[in-house]
Amino acid sequence: MPPKGRIEVNEKYCKACGLCVEECPQEVIGLAANRINAKGYHPAELINAGCTGCGICAIVCPEAAIAVYREIAKVKEPGA
Amino acid sequence: MAKELLKGNVAIAEAAVRYGLEAYFGYPITPQTEMLEYLSKRMPELGRVFVQAESELGAVNMVYGAACTGARVMTSSSSPGISLMMEGLSYIAGTELPAVLVDVMRGGPGLGNIAPSQQDYNQITHGGGHGDYYPIVLAPASIQEAIDYIGLAFDLSEKYRSLAVLLIDGSLGQMMEPAELPEMQPVRAAYPHWAARGATGRGRIVHTSIYLNPIEQEKTNFRILSRWREVQANEVRFKEYYLDDAEYAIIAFGTAGRVALSAVRAARAAGIKVGLLRPITLAPFPGNAVRELAKRVQSLLVVEMNNGQMVDDVLANIHDQTPVEFYGRPGGNVPLADEILAEIERIVKGKLTLNGHPRDRWLDRMLTKS
Amino acid sequence: MDMLGEETIVYERPATLTDLSSHYCPGCTHGIAHRLAAEVLDEMNFRERTIGVASVGCSVFAYNYFNFDFVQAPHGRAPAMATGVKRVLPDRIVFTYQGDGDLASIGMGEIVAAAARGENITVIFINNANYGMTGGQMAPTTLPGQVTTSSPTGRDIEVAGFPIRVSEMLSSLDGAAYVVRRSLHDPKNIRLAKKAIRAAFEVQARGLGFSMVELLSTCPTNWGMTPVDAIHWLETKMLPYYPVGDYKVGPAVAEIKI
Repeated sequence: MPPKGRIEVNEKYCKACGLCVEECPQEVIGLAANRINAKGYHPAELINAGCTGCGICAIVCPEAAIAVYREIAKVKEPGA
Repeated sequence: MAKELLKGNVAIAEAAVRYGLEAYFGYPITPQTEMLEYLSKRMPELGRVFVQAESELGAVNMVYGAACTGARVMTSSSSPGISLMMEGLSYIAGTELPAVLVDVMRGGPGLGNIAPSQQDYNQITHGGGHGDYYPIVLAPASIQEAIDYIGLAFDLSEKYRSLAVLLIDGSLGQMMEPAELPEMQPVRAAYPHWAARGATGRGRIVHTSIYLNPIEQEKTNFRILSRWREVQANEVRFKEYYLDDAEYAIIAFGTAGRVALSAVRAARAAGIKVGLLRPITLAPFPGNAVRELAKRVQSLLVVEMNNGQMVDDVLANIHDQTPVEFYGRPGGNVPLADEILAEIERIVKGKLTLNGHPRDRWLDRMLTKS
Repeated sequence: MDMLGEETIVYERPATLTDLSSHYCPGCTHGIAHRLAAEVLDEMNFRERTIGVASVGCSVFAYNYFNFDFVQAPHGRAPAMATGVKRVLPDRIVFTYQGDGDLASIGMGEIVAAAARGENITVIFINNANYGMTGGQMAPTTLPGQVTTSSPTGRDIEVAGFPIRVSEMLSSLDGAAYVVRRSLHDPKNIRLAKKAIRAAFEVQARGLGFSMVELLSTCPTNWGMTPVDAIHWLETKMLPYYPVGDYKVGPAVAEIKI
């Protein structure tokens, strides 16, 4: 199982440059087509399941707008 | 302390050290280079900062950086070098930081020569760099005054968060005469609240001169001007000689003032009631003193080592109520006392006028003579 | 999106960046360079002892985005101003943040002299092959043939001469301890850029002399491209002319392990 992750885009900073969309290895980020932020941009958001919390989107983000989280893998219980 | 025989440039440098100079940045140019040379040994000896910069642009911006930290900082140069520094001086003024500059003026424009001159009066007192700003300008006429006023320059500069300039000419920088240096004072231990020295346990401090919003820039312009009004109200300094019963008065600063005093003494010996007003602060200009003086004399003679620059400030203050004459020697020439005495005698005997500009009458006389 | 179970933070905005939204254009890699500097200074716990020197150009307002002391220099003079700060406060971390018009054109005298003196400062140098703030004119770093607003038919080397490779040039100076070029065009190179910025600040913290990290950067607006196309242009056009690499790593610097 790949690790499970998620991102939080701080829409105050996002300028919809699309670099995170371009670089996301899982192709799970898109620009929100039906929403704009206070600056008038369509902010980035997770559009599909499958985020692994790899952090690449945050590395390429020029606005430091993305926080990345990853689930801590649970030790399998006996018999499960 | 006892008097010792001191060279102007060296005396200013050592006095600055004793008044707590923490950092000096400079670049060689005649006739001020002795300051740089002297401090290259003296500052490291005391564990203080000395850097010979790559240019006057480099030097003035090192001063700018050091001034941001609240350090007592200085540079020195001469006319062409000062022109290069104008960018940085405007930024320092726009950032409202204290810094001290010594300008040992030489003949110009252009490369000119290395002889003593007062041809940068307008450049220094009326800006030089871009934007509205107002440096405090002190003009000593002896090495003792140069020593005293470099200390005053630091104090005023820090009190008003303003540029302060010690404006002298090459002869004061190069000559030797007996003078007394101050006692060594300790370098300051505490720094002002605005000093950018690292945001340890406090919010950040930013020093900049950019205000993209014109309203904010205007507020800054008003703040700088308001501070300047305080300087004008409190810091005007000048010296008067033989003015109590004077019928004629000379106005001259620095070396020209010193030579004029000799001429005044000679004229007094010949029975002419002439006196001298010597501005110490060229900025703020002693306009009120000049105006009051103009009311009680028959004529004013302005003497400068240039084509007539301070004379315009004199004229602006007396509103055509008194005839003004001008005598100047630009180009790196120092007027002789006899030349000034001859001017006094000419004025006493001659017809005085309120018409025309004294500079035009002077130039006509000079061109006829040569 | 569903919340996860117990989770760990992989990445969050560095504390040393202020909460101000930047004035940079969408996709401009200035923001990445800012972020990397902030991350490194946070990791080194240097926030309270750092003084930044902003330059003139798009990064004139860099001081708005860093939560530590900052001063702002005249065009090209940041290395001189940084010298003034650093000499008075030798135990502080002092860095300049300069673009290519600022550093490689009007400020060439100041940067060369600072490097030659071995001035113990760090320089973050953004090379985006044009003047950004004034609207995309030809810079010393503009590539041969590159169209800009002041080289409308492409930079003609017969008239406008050749681009300056700043890292290579400064690397010849004995005073330079650490001079490297990195690029901000993909995650791997961004990671390497961060490592280099860390190394540069380590060099300064250890008093080893002048350090500079040149960062190949995009300027989508003035290049007239989308942010993604600009990244590709950097990779295909700039990288061959400005190879990433370590141009000067002094012997004492080589021993630093990061």
